[in-house]
Amino acid sequence: MTAQAQATTIIDVGKLVGSVEHYRNEGYRLVQIGCTKVGDTYEINYSFDKDYHFENIRIVVSADTEVPSISGMYWNSFIYENEMHDLFGIQVRGMNIDFKGTLFRTSVKYPFSQPPVTVTKGDKP
Amino acid sequence: MSKQIIVPFGPQHPVLPEPIHLDLVLEDETVVDVIPSIGYIHRGFEKLVEKREFTEYVYVAERTCGICSFVHGATYCEGIEQIMKIDVPERAQYLRVIWSEFSRLHSHLLWLGCFADSFGFENLFMGAWKTRERVLDFMEETTGGRVIQGTSKIGGVRRDISSERLDKMVKDLDILDQEMKELTTVFLHDDSVRHRLRNVGVISREDAYHLGAVGPTARGSGVAIDMRKLGYGAYDRLNVPVITDSCGDCLSRCTVRAKELFTSTDLIRQAVSKIPDGPVEVKVTGAPDGEYFTRAEQPRGELVHYLKGNGSKFLVRSRIRTPTLTNIPPLIKMLQGCELADVPVIVLSIDPCISCTER
Amino acid sequence: MAFFEMVRTALRTVLQQPVTILYPAQAAKKTPISRGHVVHDGSKCISCSICVKKCPSQAIILNKEAKTWQIDRFRCVVCNSCVDTCPTKCLSMDTQYTAPAAAKGIETFTITYVKPPKPEKKDEQKP
Ligand code: SF4
Ligand code: SF4
Repeated sequence: MTAQAQATTIIDVGKLVGSVEHYRNEGYRLVQIGCTKVGDTYEINYSFDKDYHFENIRIVVSADTEVPSISGMYWNSFIYENEMHDLFGIQVRGMNIDFKGTLFRTSVKYPFSQPPVTVTKGDKP
Repeated sequence: MSKQIIVPFGPQHPVLPEPIHLDLVLEDETVVDVIPSIGYIHRGFEKLVEKREFTEYVYVAERTCGICSFVHGATYCEGIEQIMKIDVPERAQYLRVIWSEFSRLHSHLLWLGCFADSFGFENLFMGAWKTRERVLDFMEETTGGRVIQGTSKIGGVRRDISSERLDKMVKDLDILDQEMKELTTVFLHDDSVRHRLRNVGVISREDAYHLGAVGPTARGSGVAIDMRKLGYGAYDRLNVPVITDSCGDCLSRCTVRAKELFTSTDLIRQAVSKIPDGPVEVKVTGAPDGEYFTRAEQPRGELVHYLKGNGSKFLVRSRIRTPTLTNIPPLIKMLQGCELADVPVIVLSIDPCISCTER
Repeated sequence: MAFFEMVRTALRTVLQQPVTILYPAQAAKKTPISRGHVVHDGSKCISCSICVKKCPSQAIILNKEAKTWQIDRFRCVVCNSCVDTCPTKCLSMDTQYTAPAAAKGIETFTITYVKPPKPEKKDEQKP
């Protein structure tokens, strides 16, 4: 099994748009944007790929930071950004298609930023 | 300019097996804009990773999708194995390839059937599903489950296939090839089918690439991306041809999938001829600490499993980026400018799997 | 130009036997390793509750006092995890699928396993 080389660069929120633009100009495609809650902060990974070469940039933000949208460079990013907003409550500024929290309609608001629910065994219907 | 009206499409629609809702903005019969919305069946089970030990989560990961389930399970296991630096026995890697390729056969045949149904060719639909039954029978005989195989585990696979069974399987593949040949001839050469699909839902090579299309949707536009080329599992020891087609319309995407059926059977033959003897699993101790992005080629395209562990038995995050999610933006591009009557065919042509999109 | 490519296949299918099974008049397809439903053998279960912990869907409820082992068939996803991990092999996978039911319910098995006398002696010595 061959391990795929994976470089992750951690950058500031302010440098995000510039770095993404660099990837766009180099002809990378956007693989995914994914959010992870670590403690009280959120790590957001932006992954790019070009000819099977995988690169990843990461910003670490707090819950109330507004993240700029990259939909100006990658039109398809709206789907991930809306997902991030609906599930984690990250505010994204300037999305090209803003669902305003209706892409995933969940009963609990921002479910992935809440601590996990404990189901008590035995009291099932 | 004529008046614009909005026609809702889905989540319940005769051609759609799964719930996606599109608001189609129409001018006369032409679609000018599309607003997609999903979230009808969001299960949120990425969250479940915090409550289940990483060894049990493989059963959950496998249930992401009801069609390409095996690939999800194997990809998840591979991610954990990469984090924990586990060397999976050779035989297990080959077995994973065999089951993955059977999943692909199963998925593509299912899709070809559904697609035939979407343009009203019921007979072909039945034909495709009849052939698919052979694949499912094989799955059930070797894994115990028709759709959810459940044979991947961290450190290997849970079941071995005996070499006699493998030999018999290769013989059966000839029958399968024969049946698939008959089917694909209809898809690729029948004039009524070609007429219905040619130049419908065209997406250019540039658009497909930059909007993040993956899998047959991208390859149908001439973008040669196939994650099997990364060489995960045993794929680095097999010859994987990447099938592309240049027109970028529904027929191209159909052609790619039809031809991939034969690459899959070919890969299974290659794998069976190379499979070594030996154990199929290694014992796993410890817990994952670290993170990894596993990428694999699912029947619908590139699948990304992001796993992050903190050294305990419970992972911090499992993020599953399914191919359909990233194929939705290209779908919007395809739909802009098409006729209302073509919408069902175009939507199906990306092989939408909304259940796996809504982990 | 190729019209009616399907005709040959279609005609042949007309002359063949149907490929579908007339379920339930005919039995459904099964293989020796099909995962149908979990069966519990009460005479071997040592109430170790490993199966409870290893079940991804939390379908098993074990009550040590009442000596019952319960399974919620509607929660069980038939994944084989409990069968694989049970130390005494008292769980097994039957190939028969569970019958459809109109109401949700929990199936109860009674544990009849009695500890062999030797370990019991140890217990007495402890306090
Ligand atoms: S088969 Fe799986 S889901 Fe069912 S009881 Fe056993 S562990 Fe739980
Ligand atoms: S069924 Fe098996 S695993 Fe479960 S409590 Fe009994 S002995 Fe233990």
